[in-house]
Amino acid sequence: MSEETQKQAVQTTGHAWDGDLQEFNNPLPRWWLWGFYATVVFAVIYWVLYPAWPVGKGYTTGAFNDIEFTTADGREVVSHWNTRALFYKEMEEARTLQKPYLDQLKAASYREIAVDRDKSAFAYSMAKVLFADNCAACHQAGGAGIIGQYPNLADDSWLWGGTYARIEETIRKGRHGFMPDFADSLTPQQIDDVATYVLSLSGIEVDAEQAARGKAIFTGPEGGCFACHTREGTGMAALGSANLTDSIWTIADVNGAEDLAGKKAAVRAVIANGVKREMPAWENRLNDTEIRILTFYVHQLGGGQ
Amino acid sequence: MSNPAYQERIPIYPRSVRGRFRTLKYAILALAYGVYFLLPWLPWERSDSPPQAVLFDIVGRHFYIFDLVVYAQDIFWLAGILVIAAILLFFVTGIAGRVFCGYFCFQTLWTDVFLLIERLVQGDRNARIKLAAAPWTAGKLTRIALTHLLWLSVALATGLTFTLYWGYAPELVRSMLHGTAPFPAYATTLFLTLTTYVMAGLAREQVCTYMCPYARFQGVMFDEDTLVVAYDEQRGEGGKGRHKPAKGLMSREERHVAGYGDCIDCGFCVQVCPMGIDIRNGLQYQCISCALCIDACDTVMDAIKYPRGLVRYTSQHALEGRKTRFFKPRNIGYGLVLILSIATLSWSIATRTTVELVVRQIRQPISVTLSDGSQQNSYEIKITNKTEEAADYRLLVAGLPGAALDVGGENRFHLRPESSVRFLARLRLPPAQLRAERMPFKFVLVRDDNPSVRLLEWEAFFIVPRQRVK
Repeated sequence: MSEETQKQAVQTTGHAWDGDLQEFNNPLPRWWLWGFYATVVFAVIYWVLYPAWPVGKGYTTGAFNDIEFTTADGREVVSHWNTRALFYKEMEEARTLQKPYLDQLKAASYREIAVDRDKSAFAYSMAKVLFADNCAACHQAGGAGIIGQYPNLADDSWLWGGTYARIEETIRKGRHGFMPDFADSLTPQQIDDVATYVLSLSGIEVDAEQAARGKAIFTGPEGGCFACHTREGTGMAALGSANLTDSIWTIADVNGAEDLAGKKAAVRAVIANGVKREMPAWENRLNDTEIRILTFYVHQLGGGQ
Repeated sequence: MSNPAYQERIPIYPRSVRGRFRTLKYAILALAYGVYFLLPWLPWERSDSPPQAVLFDIVGRHFYIFDLVVYAQDIFWLAGILVIAAILLFFVTGIAGRVFCGYFCFQTLWTDVFLLIERLVQGDRNARIKLAAAPWTAGKLTRIALTHLLWLSVALATGLTFTLYWGYAPELVRSMLHGTAPFPAYATTLFLTLTTYVMAGLAREQVCTYMCPYARFQGVMFDEDTLVVAYDEQRGEGGKGRHKPAKGLMSREERHVAGYGDCIDCGFCVQVCPMGIDIRNGLQYQCISCALCIDACDTVMDAIKYPRGLVRYTSQHALEGRKTRFFKPRNIGYGLVLILSIATLSWSIATRTTVELVVRQIRQPISVTLSDGSQQNSYEIKITNKTEEAADYRLLVAGLPGAALDVGGENRFHLRPESSVRFLARLRLPPAQLRAERMPFKFVLVRDDNPSVRLLEWEAFFIVPRQRVK
């Protein structure tokens, strides 16, 4: 075909400028032209059906494109086509899909959720998102916490109790953790003695004589530590006072210290400065089912009590 | 006005022909149509899923192929099948040319059927040419309309059948008739109906010459030893060229004496060609190696009692009087790779597990100190039962003395057929056992009723903070 084309005279538009200046006439392929016309038709149909043209401060909303959806708080909305409405519509569909599972969780006891693998798997997946949205800002992903600031939820120590009921109460009502500072009431030497005694409670080898002095302050009126931490140092869930006899240290970073001096310094700082921590209440920010799911999840993280 | 930017399509009216290759092609066509149209209706006994032998369940993420259940995570088998298909194409094309195009390509198969319909309604080549040139009368309109209607019916059947592979056929058909089927079912059916109609009815050979990439790249796999449908120019043209049978040029001897070749220029080979080319011009990119011109020429040669094979399957080397070599490094290489990839895929499918275990270590927190000084690592675990029967599994820990596993409940996982469970497992190691920062061990999955047989193992690590290592 190409040979034939070359043999024929070249087509021009027929005009001649400056005597001999001519223009080739190479028309667009027909299929291309029709394709172009088709896009024009498509555009006109699109203008009619979808939001397209700005008019004053508004815009044309298009015809025959209503989207009906119900918002999370039960409002029924009819809107012209737009991506936000599509999003709400999809969220509504997702809520419909989740509803039977959520209803099951609402009706089931914690024990029933734990025993039923389907229920617990759903609660676990849902809680991961809820936890990341609401809790992880302080307690960190996976409930790792930050030593000195926010408790670790993945260990088996429960400051405020680790039963389902206590965890739910903690989430609902929030908690205030408080320990007074002893920088003014005890001398630095006394504080060092108490710190030594506290370390000995967890089985760390210390100077026995110094620990005995510390014990006297701990259990005596001078320090009065036993009032919250009990005489044995095991703490009380009702007050949120820490168990000092276990290996878990939520405020003083004893486990992270290299030597005894470092461990002592960490405990001394807590005794001298006291502790003031607060967890806000969530009963007005999360609904009952969400609190149930989070309770189950937090209980599972550390194994609960 | 001016010369067109692209060539108008010259309509092709292939003439019908009988012969060895035509018979073979009809046999392949019957087989292909039989398999394609009947397969979705083949029942297959299954315990918990639709009783359909071949079903691609996108929603449930299972592909059922007879007794093989393919899960989403097995989708790399598809890559294996594609690799095998590609190498098979290279291998066959290197040896025998465009066999796929001529015999197996759905464009060829469907065009064949559409041509059959066309011939059934409008008659053979001459009648069709005459009808096309005739003025529009009621009779012509009826014939043309009937042709297109039948084409559309075949196209619809094709589109619908394709859709049936993706759902339980009887239910899907019923719901489509009631208008309650999901939108993709209608869209797929409509799309394939239209493409079938356009490609096999209207576009035809243009698909091969303008659209198809395989048609073009198969050409570069040819060499002088590749079998092609070729016209024996030496024999056909003789010294002076081809000549119609005429007085004194009837028998081969007379023609040879006069210097003419065996080709009597009857044009039958051109008339039967669905691509509208003349094979006597040599190998052309349009040729799909359908071999119908061989049947045509053989028919004529038989009729005038000349030996067959003026147009035949042969190679460039053979035409030049040399030997055709099939055993050459390239072909052997393709063959070996082909066998290797088929073996690999078969091995992978044959040794597939009936259960799947996935363990992901929770990395935040990676290790937690517990009140008694022991360390805890957590793992997110997923167990999938890939069998057709419910089963009970148990998870064990091996290679980590003293470790206590807590799976958040009873360590017995009852899994329905084709279902999975996901849970958080906590592993605790007492202080005396904390020997290294990174302790390798294995999760072992066993059947609850037979704990001694290890179904699956997963290598994991127990992480201990440096300060706590004993």
